[in-house]
Amino acid sequence: MSAPPWLVEMRGIEKRFGPVSALRSVDFAVRRGEVVGLVGDNGAGKSTLMKVLTGVYRPDAGEIWFDGRRVQFHSPQDSRRLGIEMVYQDLGLAENLDTVANLFLGREITRRVGPWRLLDERTMERHARDHLAGLRVELPSLRTPVEQLSGGQRQAVAIARATAFAAKLVIMDEPTASLAVTEAGKVLELIRRLKEQGVAVVLISHRLQDVLDVADRIVVLNRGRVAGVLDGRGARMEDVVALIVGGAA
Amino acid sequence: MRLEAYPRAAERGVPWDRLRGVLSRVDLLLVVLLIMGVLTALQPEFFLTRENLTNVARQISSNAILALGQFVVVATAGIDLSVGSVMGLCMTVLALLVKAGWPAWASLPAAILLGAAVGAANGLALTRLHLPHPFIATLATLNVARGVTYLLSGGVPISGLTPEVRWLGSADLVLLEGTRFATALPVSFLVVVALYAVGTVFMRRTRTGRHIYAVGGSPRAAQYAGLPVGRLLVLVYVLCGTLAGVAGVLLAGRVNSAYPTAGLGAELDSIAAVIIGGASFFGGRGTPGGVFLGAVIMGLVRNGLNLMNVSVFWQQVLIGVIILLAVYVDVLRRRAAQAEL
Repeated sequence: MSAPPWLVEMRGIEKRFGPVSALRSVDFAVRRGEVVGLVGDNGAGKSTLMKVLTGVYRPDAGEIWFDGRRVQFHSPQDSRRLGIEMVYQDLGLAENLDTVANLFLGREITRRVGPWRLLDERTMERHARDHLAGLRVELPSLRTPVEQLSGGQRQAVAIARATAFAAKLVIMDEPTASLAVTEAGKVLELIRRLKEQGVAVVLISHRLQDVLDVADRIVVLNRGRVAGVLDGRGARMEDVVALIVGGAA
Repeated sequence: MRLEAYPRAAERGVPWDRLRGVLSRVDLLLVVLLIMGVLTALQPEFFLTRENLTNVARQISSNAILALGQFVVVATAGIDLSVGSVMGLCMTVLALLVKAGWPAWASLPAAILLGAAVGAANGLALTRLHLPHPFIATLATLNVARGVTYLLSGGVPISGLTPEVRWLGSADLVLLEGTRFATALPVSFLVVVALYAVGTVFMRRTRTGRHIYAVGGSPRAAQYAGLPVGRLLVLVYVLCGTLAGVAGVLLAGRVNSAYPTAGLGAELDSIAAVIIGGASFFGGRGTPGGVFLGAVIMGLVRNGLNLMNVSVFWQQVLIGVIILLAVYVDVLRRRAAQAEL
């Protein structure tokens, strides 16, 4: 039974690495256009859970439902095809290439020129410009290598890349961890804008204030189990922290 | 460090960046012109003659073609140490096939395909055997190919190729024949220009070329984007081996012989041209046009020193100094770009 409000539903997910149980019967769900904060201490299982969701790992037990259908992902390409995108902590950008090339990396638009199929830079740049404008991201240039952009700008490019192709769910791993306060603020704004556009977001973050600022719900993992689910509005920092460290003493 | 997160002028940035891209090429071009100016001043009656320039064009052909292949590999942060040996092997096999009565239309492609096959072996050794670094696989191939070359040739040169086989490496094409602007261009140099034109389109304007830059710039990004990283790596070594075969065919044509020591140390010359031409060993940087100018600079320096009767030993010293200078200038330029941010 996968009632439509859920975009993603993970049920009873188990994942063991040798003798270590990384995930123990974890239930996790995201609604369409919902921002879910996923928090927990190091080793609580946040990354493992998201790697199961994106198809990097295969769960030892449990089911994944997406858009009302049972799915099994064997690789990140499988989950991406259905509209699940991941923004990695290292951003996964090719630093030597420009913004346009990064947005379209692996999905370039080409046009036929005689026997050749050449990159259609003009069309890609136009789409890139429109997409960035839709997210209200401004960059000094779309044609400088991204290594010349600031940390916040690069984060924006990575998020724009994840949402450029009809993404329904974007998972962000610590998007604000290495950013100055103003730049982190821009990223949170970007998350709100995605939500307005109907894109669901899973935000993995150690910066609890960021999570409290944007999340509709907060899921707390503690040593491979769901320690609690809080409503984003009205959740208090102390409650979240208590769940994160609960049982550690 | 900028404080405002997203500065304006998104539109105006583009032409300036293009200009800067062109400029970094222009300084290589300036170096070429500077060297030519100096050589003209020093050797007015020899350097700027048609014979000498034709000679330079012919001489740099093999290194320029090896360097193009080497560049495609270096763009993925790899290295191919085997190109010199592969070139020698392809020459010897070409000569043996010619002696066995194969016509040019069969022996030339066969020799070039052999280069491609050795390249494929390099690529598969890297991706399938999971050898830790292309240095190792291609170092092995360097020795194997050279050894096989000695075995096949018995250690002696095989001379006397047919005119058809020699055409690519030795013939001149006369342009504007019958007019006072008639110019004889070596066919081998036209082959170089054609290959660099195709190489530029391939690297800068096709998906595969873009993906090669991406693999070199960030293997993780390439993997995240779902690029076929293994296949791309095999491809670049195949291209490099193929071009080594072409270089061997041209050199065999030029010297009308396959000598077993041909291409000894040529891998280092090709690497030098790639580095002088502005590519980075860390991958993802440089252009075929820059590498071409790198090969031209090396050719001009050698030619000029020859004209001035400077010993080849000093030539080698000078090439070394140029490599050092070229990379240091690049370091300075990158530091300046960083400071700008």
